[in-house]
Amino acid sequence: MLLNGEPFATEAATLGELCANLGFAEAKIATAVNGSFIPASTRAATQLAPADEIEIVAPRQGG
Amino acid sequence: MLTLYGKDFNSRLLLGTAQYPSPEDLKHAVETSGAEIVTVSLRRESARARTGQGFWALIEELGCRVLPNTAGCHTAKEAIATAEMARELFGTSWVKLEVIANDDTLQPDLFGLVEAAQVLSADGFEVLPYTTEDLSAAERLVAAGCNVLMPWAAPIGSARGLINKDALKTLRAYFPDIPLIVDAGIGAPSHAAEVMEMGYDGVLLNTAVAKAGDPSKMAEAFAKAIEAGRLAFEAGLIEPRDMAAPSTPVAGTPFFKIDHAS
Repeated sequence: MLLNGEPFATEAATLGELCANLGFAEAKIATAVNGSFIPASTRAATQLAPADEIEIVAPRQGG
Repeated sequence: MLTLYGKDFNSRLLLGTAQYPSPEDLKHAVETSGAEIVTVSLRRESARARTGQGFWALIEELGCRVLPNTAGCHTAKEAIATAEMARELFGTSWVKLEVIANDDTLQPDLFGLVEAAQVLSADGFEVLPYTTEDLSAAERLVAAGCNVLMPWAAPIGSARGLINKDALKTLRAYFPDIPLIVDAGIGAPSHAAEVMEMGYDGVLLNTAVAKAGDPSKMAEAFAKAIEAGRLAFEAGLIEPRDMAAPSTPVAGTPFFKIDHAS
């Protein structure tokens, strides 16, 4: 799969599991899979597939 | 008082949070600017660096209202997904909607912008669209549900000031009741004062402050210029005229003589 644009291998079966494995369980992040927003409340129920493109974003400087 | 989507603000300066030499410079600039609204973005978070977590702590310390942007999005779909992530992350339905058409000019893609504004407004977002000075796009954005318009003065980061002043005046005349904020292209406090004198409701700035030799001092300069411009608008400017008109009374001028010979 692609995580934030980079090839990434994971054992995680769900988006929730992936976020927890990355240390983001309590972090200020938001997620999208294949271009669509995935709310925090549905991450645990979001199954991951090998070709998924996952975005994990956080607050950053902006104009 | 500036009112945006039912919220009142004393300051008419909205400040970006990018490109400062250091986090301390950002903090001081926000403080001296008196800004009550700051713009932020969303970017990919690395599990190792966790950059966003530290930045968020700084933003929370500022105590300002946060206006998330969709900078860098090139399609309505990307902008919508980014806005949805921002709403959850920042706990606000406000979004500075950007759909970029061209990387050299950072010109808004007005078609994508209107499309995204329609979808987001229908979904309960309060959209502040970064747009051009184009009147027909503005009309469509308002029809899409936007209650604020943010036309550019000039391309983002160009510091060129008001390159199409007539069109900005036209927008002000057409939308007397929609808050208008000039967003992008402002380089000097005089540009900000000029747009405020035209009756604009606010100015959104970033580069001109962040890249100044002393960002904190420049933030203060902009705050004063914006306040001065607003006061001038409220006071009512006089009309320019072609010929001179003496300000000192003519009657009683010493040594004055009527030339009876001619």
